[in-house]
Amino acid sequence: MLKTFRIGGIHPAENKLSAGKKIVNAALPAQVMIPLAQHIGAPCQPIVKKGDKVKVGTLIGKSVGFVSANIHSSVSGTVNKIDKVMDASGYKRDAVIIDVDGDEWEPTIDKSDTLKRECNLSSKEIIEKIAGAGIVGMGGATFPTHVKLTPPPGLKADTLIINGVECEPYLTSDHELMLEKAEEIFVGTEILMKAVDVKKAVIGIENNKKDAIARFTEISKSYPGIEVQPLKVKYPQGGEKQLIEAITGRQVPSGALPISVGAIVQNVGTTFAVYEAVQKNKPLFERIVTVTGKEVKNPCNVRARIGTPIKNLIEIAGGLPDDTGKVISGGPMMGKALPNIDIPVSKGSSGILIIPYSEAKRKAMKDCIRCAKCVNVCPMGLNPTLLMDLTEFQIWDRAEKQKITDCIECGSCSYTCPANRPLLDYIRLGKGKVTGIVRARKN
Amino acid sequence: MENKLIVSPSPHIHSGDSIPKNMYGVLIALIPAFLLSLYVFGLNALILTLASILFCVLFEYFISKFLLKIQPTINDGSAIITGVLLAFNVPSNLPIWILAIGALAAIGIGKMSFGGLGKNIFNPALVGRIFLLISFPAQMTTWPAPVLESATDAISSATVLSQLNLSSALPTLSSMFVGTESGSLGETSEIALLLGLIYMLWKKIITWHIPISILVTVAIFTAILYIFDPQPQYNPIIHLASGGLMLGAIFMATDYVTSPLTKKGMVIYGFFIGIITVCIRLWGAYPEGVSFAIVLMNGFTPLINYYTTPKRFGEKQNG
Amino acid sequence: MNVILTAVAVLCVIGAVSSAILYIISQRFKTIEDPRIEQVQEALPAANCGGCGFPGCNGFASAIVKSDTMDGFYCPVGGQTTMDNIARILGRTADVSTKKIAVVRCNGSCEHRPRTNIYDGAPNCAIAATLYGGDTGCSFGCLGLGDCVDSCLFDAIHINPETMLPEVVEDKCTACGACVKACPKNLIELRKQGPKSRRIYVSCMNKDKGGVARKSCEVACIGCSKCQQVCPFDAITIENNLAYIIDDKCRLCRKCVPVCPTNSILELNFPPRKEPKEETAKAEA
Repeated sequence: MLKTFRIGGIHPAENKLSAGKKIVNAALPAQVMIPLAQHIGAPCQPIVKKGDKVKVGTLIGKSVGFVSANIHSSVSGTVNKIDKVMDASGYKRDAVIIDVDGDEWEPTIDKSDTLKRECNLSSKEIIEKIAGAGIVGMGGATFPTHVKLTPPPGLKADTLIINGVECEPYLTSDHELMLEKAEEIFVGTEILMKAVDVKKAVIGIENNKKDAIARFTEISKSYPGIEVQPLKVKYPQGGEKQLIEAITGRQVPSGALPISVGAIVQNVGTTFAVYEAVQKNKPLFERIVTVTGKEVKNPCNVRARIGTPIKNLIEIAGGLPDDTGKVISGGPMMGKALPNIDIPVSKGSSGILIIPYSEAKRKAMKDCIRCAKCVNVCPMGLNPTLLMDLTEFQIWDRAEKQKITDCIECGSCSYTCPANRPLLDYIRLGKGKVTGIVRARKN
Repeated sequence: MENKLIVSPSPHIHSGDSIPKNMYGVLIALIPAFLLSLYVFGLNALILTLASILFCVLFEYFISKFLLKIQPTINDGSAIITGVLLAFNVPSNLPIWILAIGALAAIGIGKMSFGGLGKNIFNPALVGRIFLLISFPAQMTTWPAPVLESATDAISSATVLSQLNLSSALPTLSSMFVGTESGSLGETSEIALLLGLIYMLWKKIITWHIPISILVTVAIFTAILYIFDPQPQYNPIIHLASGGLMLGAIFMATDYVTSPLTKKGMVIYGFFIGIITVCIRLWGAYPEGVSFAIVLMNGFTPLINYYTTPKRFGEKQNG
Repeated sequence: MNVILTAVAVLCVIGAVSSAILYIISQRFKTIEDPRIEQVQEALPAANCGGCGFPGCNGFASAIVKSDTMDGFYCPVGGQTTMDNIARILGRTADVSTKKIAVVRCNGSCEHRPRTNIYDGAPNCAIAATLYGGDTGCSFGCLGLGDCVDSCLFDAIHINPETMLPEVVEDKCTACGACVKACPKNLIELRKQGPKSRRIYVSCMNKDKGGVARKSCEVACIGCSKCQQVCPFDAITIENNLAYIIDDKCRLCRKCVPVCPTNSILELNFPPRKEPKEETAKAEA
């Protein structure tokens, strides 16, 4: 009996079209547009200006305040300008635009491929290095990692969980990374264990990645304290709270942080970036992106520099198919549909999914038939049809009592609804409204 | 040629589930019961069922288009289900004109007067049945004998429940479960209905909570009475096997629109349906109580929905 | 006969006892309310729209009776007449307030502002606004999904199906402010209605640089400041590449409208202008 989370969940078709495709390096673009807001928290302050020369790994944006992250150049060349560019948020925001010239890296970066296991830094030094390297959650949430590794006073973790689940259909970037950089991920795990002072780490992997589970289980024998846990294939197993429940059996209480049940979760991509930052002095400036879709000629996993326009990656996968309907940054359940393909790759771009026109348009919405399927599949135990009604009628106090702020926006409700009601659209709106009301009340 | 990209909030895929898929699934689940009703009651069963479907669909179409002036939604299958369930609730010798009135009551009063699918409070088929029961008590309670038993049909014979009511001799259990006893069109074969339940559970059209809580409540309530006073009228197995209980528990009480949304709510709903059914059967004037029990609890569904919530993530602490 | 008499007697007794109980309870739990509150409430239009800032007409009536002054109280639906009536009831004098009207500061119709993608989400402006900048190149402009229409209690704003922009019905708008609050892009503003319902305003909220704004929409404000230079009353400010006409300073002289290179400034309910040919002929003569 594989471990899993108890409430709700769905089983969308996996469509892992790019599974087994080895990671290819994307060619350097002629120009990159590096957004200054690629993370949760305050956008960076640019510290370069037009005409400055930069190398790969040069700090170009300084974090502002605690919940923020540094941003580094992903190319060598000259800063063209700092201007507003449309990024994955759907709005134009400040970005550093750099004309690419060669591929010269900062001399402090160790470019070698040899595995370096030993780390003699203290916990504080590790976290400082992670902060300096601008590492954020690479599963898509982009929460600054050094903030997550610094729990509020009084709270301490007893388990580190590494998220190798990748429950979204189509995406395989984490899977490939686990196959190609397995040992590095284990060293990264050890480093993180030291950073938060825990003796136990569990790497959770969904059971549809049997090769990764086998490889990791083999390697775990030489890494005491780190175990590998295969998990039942169910969406959203990769959600932080669901993963913690599956592995430790504990449910994070409503409104509380995972650290309150003694768990800290990090994505495998983040863990690998931590390894590179701490052991190789390499800041975060590139990531693996899955380019996929039913009509894509060559679904693949690409290592791309931050700031590369998405259309370059689509070219590597065989070009934009003729009857493209939607281009999505991320997976089909929680990813963001993009209005054009000039948008640059950012730290949270886990995948580019192209949905054909015939499948892209939503079906017409009908009245709610009270079938309660949305209630059955909600992993947080909410009542989505009620929350949608409360939002439409703007009954915020009852929406708050019905725990609308607990919603993790996984999309299971809208996916399941036989009446094609846009449940998550309204719940997201209501959640934002109620969060604002709660925050205003506290002040 | 480049299309404009389509932009919408997530999620961007859908399960493919739709209202017609669920409605037609219920119809497939009703096929075993329908086939058995043909076998037991003969041609009348076919005529009544088809007539009922026709009347329900036509009434819904005309009321939607000309009275309410909204887009008719007859192709989602819900009117067809109301038709089938209404037919299954009446004796096989019911005159067609009475059935038509029942269909008008079911669709017109029970469904469209509230605004159509999704808005009604009471189960339309049961509204139709109760309307007919009260308006035409004689025709609705004369049950023809099963066709197999006699060469000529339309001999009225007592159902198991009315026999219990009158404390007369009882048929064997196996005939009750298979369905060769007298009764309304769809209610007689428990096995056929249970097959339908299994199909609906497998296809995830309904969950087990409502049917099981009704049947378990009836079984336990009558069992308790039976322990104190072992009369046939308290026998739990006879209660489970007779009358419209199985049909009601599996197909009528589980109607999406009129039943609660949360699992807690569904169990409470089923529990009270069971209690009220047994009370009416044993101490009420009518031999059968399921229809009244379900319609009564339909009225409580909004209240149940208001006061129950699903099991929240993070409520209990383990580990 | 006896049965009937008994029945009648019993019913009479029940009636009498119930009336007595009701009377006692109503006296016991009576609240004494200032009678002027009800008088003021009668004078109000009973729309319960919240445009005054109070919860319903009763809320407004209670608040104004309890307050010492008429300051800060205005019913936009009833307008000056209602405020004068209330002042009379309370023995005070009402301030003279200007009549306002809702103004939609976007003229990016389908014709002026081409659509660059297709929005397929729920038909709600707030939802679309959290998703992205909209289905055109201008991320400040109207999304056309009608949150303002849904919020209006007076049927005074509708989306024109050809332009996909909201249009205010002049004689129905009460300037209650509901649409202003509802628009997630802050496009709607309450401005002075002016004599003969005339008004002049910059019909754009685009803060992008001029070139970028103009590429997305033909009638965008490019922040060129020609209007500011020509205004004799110092009523126009330019901030973030966007011009704004200050309501209080504007005298409706119309000088700014023709100089705008993108026709971004709109003038409503004015007589048509004289032909420029006539003016050149005059100059030559």
